[in-house]
Order: sequence, then structure tokens, then C-alpha cells
Amino acid sequence: MNGTAEVVLRLDAITKRFGKLVANDAISLSLRRGEVVALLGENGAGKTTLMNILFGGYTADSGSVEVFGKTLPPGNSRAALDAGVGMVHQHFTLADNLTVVENIALGVRSLKSPRLRKSESYIKIKSLSEGFNLKVDPHARVGSLTVGERQRVEILKALYRDVKILILDEPTAVLTPQEADDLFATLRLAISNGLSIIFISHKLHEVMAIADRVAVLRHGKLVAETTTADTDKNALSALMMGTAAKAPDIAVSVPGKTLLSLKNVSTPDVGNVPGLKSVSLDLKAGQIIGLAGVSGNGQAALADVVGGLCMPKAGVLVLGDKVLKHWSARAAVQGGIARIPEDRHKTGTVADFDLTENAILEGYSTAPFSKGGWMSWSKARTFAADIIAKYDVRCPGPDTRIRLLSGGNMQKLILGRVLEADPQIVLANQPVRGLDIGAVNYVHSQLLAARDRGAAVLLISEDLDKIMGLSDVIHVISGGRLSPAFGRGTMTPSRLGIWMAGQGFDAPVAHAS
Amino acid sequence: MEILDILISASFWAAAIRIATPLILATMGELICERAGVLNLGIEGIMVAGAFAGWMAVYSGTGLWVGVAVAMVVGMGFGLLHSVLTVPFGLSQHVVGLGVTLLATSSTYYAYRLALPQVTSPPKIDAFQPYEIPVLSEIPLLGQALFSQTPFTYLAFILVGLTSVMLYRTPLGLAMRAAGESPAAVAAQGLSVTAIRMGAVIVGSGFMAMGGAFLTMSAFDSFFFEMVNGRGWICIALVVFGSWMPGKALLGAVLFAAFDALQIRVQQTGFGADIPYQIFLMAPYILSIAALVLVSRRAQVPAALMVPFNKGER
Repeated sequence: MNGTAEVVLRLDAITKRFGKLVANDAISLSLRRGEVVALLGENGAGKTTLMNILFGGYTADSGSVEVFGKTLPPGNSRAALDAGVGMVHQHFTLADNLTVVENIALGVRSLKSPRLRKSESYIKIKSLSEGFNLKVDPHARVGSLTVGERQRVEILKALYRDVKILILDEPTAVLTPQEADDLFATLRLAISNGLSIIFISHKLHEVMAIADRVAVLRHGKLVAETTTADTDKNALSALMMGTAAKAPDIAVSVPGKTLLSLKNVSTPDVGNVPGLKSVSLDLKAGQIIGLAGVSGNGQAALADVVGGLCMPKAGVLVLGDKVLKHWSARAAVQGGIARIPEDRHKTGTVADFDLTENAILEGYSTAPFSKGGWMSWSKARTFAADIIAKYDVRCPGPDTRIRLLSGGNMQKLILGRVLEADPQIVLANQPVRGLDIGAVNYVHSQLLAARDRGAAVLLISEDLDKIMGLSDVIHVISGGRLSPAFGRGTMTPSRLGIWMAGQGFDAPVAHAS
Repeated sequence: MEILDILISASFWAAAIRIATPLILATMGELICERAGVLNLGIEGIMVAGAFAGWMAVYSGTGLWVGVAVAMVVGMGFGLLHSVLTVPFGLSQHVVGLGVTLLATSSTYYAYRLALPQVTSPPKIDAFQPYEIPVLSEIPLLGQALFSQTPFTYLAFILVGLTSVMLYRTPLGLAMRAAGESPAAVAAQGLSVTAIRMGAVIVGSGFMAMGGAFLTMSAFDSFFFEMVNGRGWICIALVVFGSWMPGKALLGAVLFAAFDALQIRVQQTGFGADIPYQIFLMAPYILSIAALVLVSRRAQVPAALMVPFNKGER
């Protein structure tokens, strides 16, 4: 913001190697009081590693970290905290079974002190949460909170400790657009209170919106450092990727026959998440059907019905021309439905299985991977190697445990797994969440290719831009109800927003289609 | 009718509390370990070692409370072994726990034979005697049951209170619970998960050994083989029964002990004459399993129980 403010943080020639990989190559960076510096880079560029070194999670091979003019001892999170550095990790470090107060109070008072003083913590949390517009119930169990609320708890945790420097690692990856806006408002409040922020992201518009300066990392090297005033999205994108990133061109689709049809399908509510309320939906060949909506409005229920994880309470499913009586995940796979699950870590992959095993998770029990009850590992391994080559999965080989891969590469393997079977229907639930631009474009081009081969693609996303850019028809889901189909280019974001807010369902609305 | 008479007799409840005491102590020990995220299956063997160490100390001339302290220190020694293997080394908690049980049991028997090579029936010691707490012990029924016990029993109840206050009212307790729920959250605060978990296992093992020592120093006044007789395993179940909460675990221990005291008494009634006595011996276990099923289905298991933690691994 202002070039003369005091330097609060200085990273000096930080280098970190993991085996042969140089994750950080002599990176130097400084942060001034009241400033937001964005750390921009693709997945695997070394952003998180750099911040973990600053926060004491890793020890650098060489280089030093200076906070308020004092050098931090390496590998010591306590020292970083004491010096006024707070970090909100991409994967939250919260205990689900403890309350918000307990999570925030953890580690604040000395372990030798005899009293916890929860009520004092409660009062302080209450006032911080009001002062920074971070709404959350301090007595709630963290496990019962939404992802957005959990992030607020993480930020409160840092504010509670009076941090002067806040590091946010991909903070918007898990948020809805509205929650992201709220987060930015909170961050601006924090800056006006004298905080300095390092904002790690690969989303260009966010970086342009919030940061004063941008540092771009590529393959572990700091390739550029500039003020946001002196650059624009295209220039940053080119710096980040090494070449200018291109969004895929989209040809007009020719819809074919209906492959899967839901008629007046209803499912029970789960807790306070609504089930489906008499939903009718046609998935036609050669179409991308976009499902827009704020998360928690029935997307999960719809995905479960289409993916075979749930038999509807009422209504019928018609696959091809058959009315389905028995519906299960296995039946869905055999019926030609390919599933890209919402959570690639939990339901998409088995973290400690290698790439080969993960590649055949769906097809393991059928030829060519098994015959007469015996596995054919050589076929499986060839299959995995083919996916790795064809879908550009960057990894040491098919024997690597999948947990060691970045999110983008993990998603590419899943894509290969489901698309290689040449499916009729592709259920893509949040397929690009948390991925960098390169990976996003790749996934999108693969979904388009599947469409052009004649598959029906059901695309579920909270990101309205992506839905509008990719879909041939759009439905909005709100409170478990489904809007009529809107054709490409017939709706503006604000008109979709009205449906997303739950209006328009009761009154018949004239819509262009 | 006879059963009803038993249930309202003070001596029955006094027996139940007496039988419950070793279970209460060892259950607290296990609960502390598990709350920090470590399953300690060394409990059975550590109880054997504690029973012997306390008794042997007193037999060789120390005071009773010194004997308790000796038992505790021996237990903490085995706890140290267990925690080094399971926490920083991250070895399987099942295998290490069973190993510690086997090692503690067999080395105790070895020590017994070394100390008393010629003895056929083990000597008795002057054990803890019941102490009637003034005023309180005069309350009808309750006074006899609760306040006419040995000081060792009172200590057990005090430790339950202290454990509960420590877990829920101190920063240390919060850090311990967090270590059992999300070690990453603890590490992110710059606290050492290793130190917290090791500390919990060591202290918890000390409590287990005290539970064993109660058997020789307040119940049977002597040491013999097989005296712990599966009590440690019962305590593992009691922790689950109590949903990892000290108060509930205490109730569970008393309930189990009451079943046990009841079956002994029912065997001696007319009703018991027609039924094989093995049925009665089984009863407390069957009733405990039934209670476990009813009470613990919604119990909240510490999320990181048995999950080793290595800083810096993704």
C-alpha cells in the first residue's frame, strides 16, 4: 500500500529440497505493515512449502526468516506464533469433537497453568467475532459447522492470539462465492487494524481484488514480483503458467436422445440439508447439464441418486428405456455412469493405495483386471500406465501411493479412470474444486471431449462462472427443488442468483429457452 | 425376594465399592491414555506388576503409602516403554500393548520367584484397614457403603475428580483431549504431540499399577499368580462404556462391581442351588456386554485414537 511502511517479515534466500525435487529455490520475499502480498502459483509451485517453512512446519535447507527484525529459529511453530505469525492451513487444523471455544483456547495458556478459564475465552471470542464480522457459535462442536464456519474459526484462532502477520493458504478453495466475499470484507477489516497478510492463491481475480503486491512462483522459483496496479490477469496468468493459458473453445452441442431421466424424484432430508423435492431431470446425449446452486441445497442428494448411492424415496429413474427397480453404485457403473466424486480424498481415492490400485477401484472385479476370481495385475498396471501417459498425470510411476500426488494430478487419474471406459453419462461433482488454472482447463476440455463423443455430462459446481461457461443447459437447485432448464446464454448471473436464493419456484416465471 | 434384600443391604454396596476400586483406578489410567490418542493394552500386565511391586515394597518394610508410590513408579516405567515404542516410533499400539502385558506379567513372576524362592503360600502383609470417615459414615446405607472403606478407595475417588478437573478445566487437559482428537491442531499451536501423548501414557500407566496394587494392599493382603484375572481387559471396556468420560466410567465400574458382588451372594441363596455356579460367574460379563451395547452406541471415540502422528508428513 505504501512503500515506506515498516517491513514486518523478510524471507531471505529460502531453499528447500525434497529428495531430487527443489520445492523452493532461493526465494526472498518481504512484507510490510498493513500490506497484502499474494503468493501466486500453480499447484506444486512451492507456495505451501514456503509458508510451512515460515511457520515452522518444515525446516529450510538454507536461508532465514526474519520477523520484526528478529530471526526465527527454524522448524519451531511456537516461536513463529510467539513472534506474531498466524497461519490458516488449507486443510484446517481443528478438532471436530471439541467446541469452537476449546479449539481456539488450545495452546493459548501455558500447559502448567491450573485453570483453563473458558468463560474468559468465550467473551473474547464473542467480541472478536462481532468486531470482525466472523459469525460463529462459540459453543458449537466444530464437527457440526459448515466449511465456511470452520474457516472463520481458524481466522478467529489467529486473531485471538493477536497475530500481526496472517498467512492464508488457499482460503477460498472451499468457500462459496458469497462466503469468499465475506472473507474479503473481514480481511479488509483486519488490514485496517494493522495486520499484514500473505494470501496464497491460484485464482487470479481474487489476487487482483485483495492484494497490493503479487509474488509469482513457478516450479519452486520466484519468477516475478509486482504491484497489482502494474499488472493484469492475463500478464499474471502468463507468468504463472509460463505460457498464456487458454480456455477451451466450445462448439455448439447437438443434443441426442435422453440417456437417464429422473421423474418426480424425492429423497428424505438429512439433518438440515434438504433432500430432493419432486425433481425431474433429463440427461441427454451430447449435452453438458450444469447444476448451479449454493452448496447444501440438495446437490449431494442428486449426485447420490444419479451415482447409485441412494434409491429415491419416491419417483422413478429411467435409464435408456428401462425403468430402474434396483439401483446401486455397482448398477450405476455397469449402466455406463462414470462418477467424479466431490471429495477426491475421501470417496474418490484410497490414499495409501498406489496409482494402479486406484485406477481399477471401479473396474477391479471385471475383465480384463480380474478373471475367474484372480487379479491380473499386469493388465491393471498397463492400464494405470496408459492413464498416466494419456492424461498427463505427473508422478514417479504407477507404484506411487496416491496420497503423494497433488490435487490436480489425483483428479487427472480419476478422470482417466472414469473416461477410459467411454461412459454414456458422466457425473462430475465439483470436478475442479481446488485445482489450478492449468488443471481446470484440462478437466474442462476432457469433459467437453466426453460430450462431443456423445456422453451426457452432469456438472455440479458452486462456481457460477464455470457453470455458465461450460453448460449447454443450466438447472438451478435450491432447497432441494430444481428449476426448469435454461439454455446456454439465456440467463445472466444475477437472474440465476435469484433462483439460487430460492425465488421463482412458486410463481410460474416466463423464461426464455 | 432374597435378591431384593441383598440389594438394600449396606454390606452388599460396601462390597461393590470395594470390588470397583481397582477397576476405577485402572480405568482412569486407560482413559487418560486413550483421551490423548493411545490405546494402552499393557494395562493387564501393568496391573500385575503394580500388584506385586506395592506388596513387595511393604513386605520388605516400607510404609503402605510408600508401597503405593513404588507400584506407581513401576507402572510408569512400563508406561515409558509403551509410550516410547508407540508415540515417537509409531509402532502398532495393539502389538506393543500386548507385548508390554506379556513382559510385565512374566517379569513380575520372575521377580516373585527370585524374591521368594522357597515359598509355597505367599506371605500376608499388614494392609490398609477400613477408615470410617467421621459423621459421613453414620449416614444410613450410604455411610457404610461409601465412607467405611480403606483410604486407598478414597484415593481412587479423589483421582477420578482430579482427572475430570484436569481434562475439562485445565489447559493441559484441553491439549491432551486435542491430541486424541486432532494432533495436527496441537502441533499447529507449537505444542509437542509427542510429549503430551508420552506424558499421558506414563501417568495413565501409573494409575493402572495403583489399581493392581489395591488388590494386594487393600483387598487380598497378599500376592498370588493370576490375581488380576482379566480386570485390565474389563477396564478397556469400561472406558468405552463411560464414553471416555471419567464420571461415567466410574459409574460403569461400580455397576460392573455390583453385578459381581450380586452373583456371589445369589449363589448362596436357595435360588442359586439349582443353577450351575458358572452361570453366575458369567453373569457380570453378560450384563456388562448388554449395558455396553445399550449405552455406548453413540459414544464419541477420540478421532485420533490409535493414529500415530508424525510432524511434517502430508
